[in-house]
Amino acid sequence: MNQPGRNFMSLQFAARSENESFARVTVAAFVSQLDPTMDEITDLKTVISEAVTNSIIHGYDGDPEGIVTISALIEGDTVTLSVEDKGRGIEDVELAKQPLFTSKPELERSGMGFTIMENFMDEFEVSSELGGGTSIRMKKRIVSKTALYN
Amino acid sequence: MNLHMDMIRHRNTLVARLVGELDHHTADKVRIMLEDEIGRGDCRHLVLSLESLQFMDSSGIGVILGRYKQIKLKGGKMVICGVNPQVYRLLEMSGLFKIMAVYENEATALTELEVAL
Repeated sequence: MNQPGRNFMSLQFAARSENESFARVTVAAFVSQLDPTMDEITDLKTVISEAVTNSIIHGYDGDPEGIVTISALIEGDTVTLSVEDKGRGIEDVELAKQPLFTSKPELERSGMGFTIMENFMDEFEVSSELGGGTSIRMKKRIVSKTALYN
Repeated sequence: MNLHMDMIRHRNTLVARLVGELDHHTADKVRIMLEDEIGRGDCRHLVLSLESLQFMDSSGIGVILGRYKQIKLKGGKMVICGVNPQVYRLLEMSGLFKIMAVYENEATALTELEVAL
């Protein structure tokens, strides 16, 4: 872990909607060491918000006893984010990734979460196991200023 | 609560200004407040002003689409204004501009709405 330009953080919190903004702000603060632009910060905040919201609504079905784990890894000018829950899992990941697909239309969910994550990040991966939980891994290169990576 | 909403009436048009962050946590409050106000008999049209919105994710899209359906059922029109570039991108990705007009500010939105009526 003592290579230059490498840094890591991990965080666990209750699956409560109050923690969505906490998760966004924390990740933004951690990534700020890469000196990202406002647009890049907003992209990262948005994808974290989408993934954490998914864990709370779909993974744990609103049960605040659930635990969401997020982590961020900085390697050079690239940030890798992961969001994990031990919730119910996704039955059909490919279907869930379709734009506008939602399993909870009654809650006015737009079905755009995965589409946004795919669009805002350079790499995006979902692994999910029914009854075991879901894990999202996504990567983005912070291209604006790469002063830290020499 | 990191979201605040001001609602102003111009005859049968409701102008709702969102201030703060619209996410899953705050979306419910916005939905309930707008649902109630739109539900009143004499309210037909909605201008959603996002000028002071600092953050929005797909939960916001859900609320906007939900109100669009509600307004449409009443035979009214819904428009959006004051959209910053980040929010614009989200709305565009969701195909919202295919069903809803977007204006630079409240004044233009209200003028256009009245012309269109």
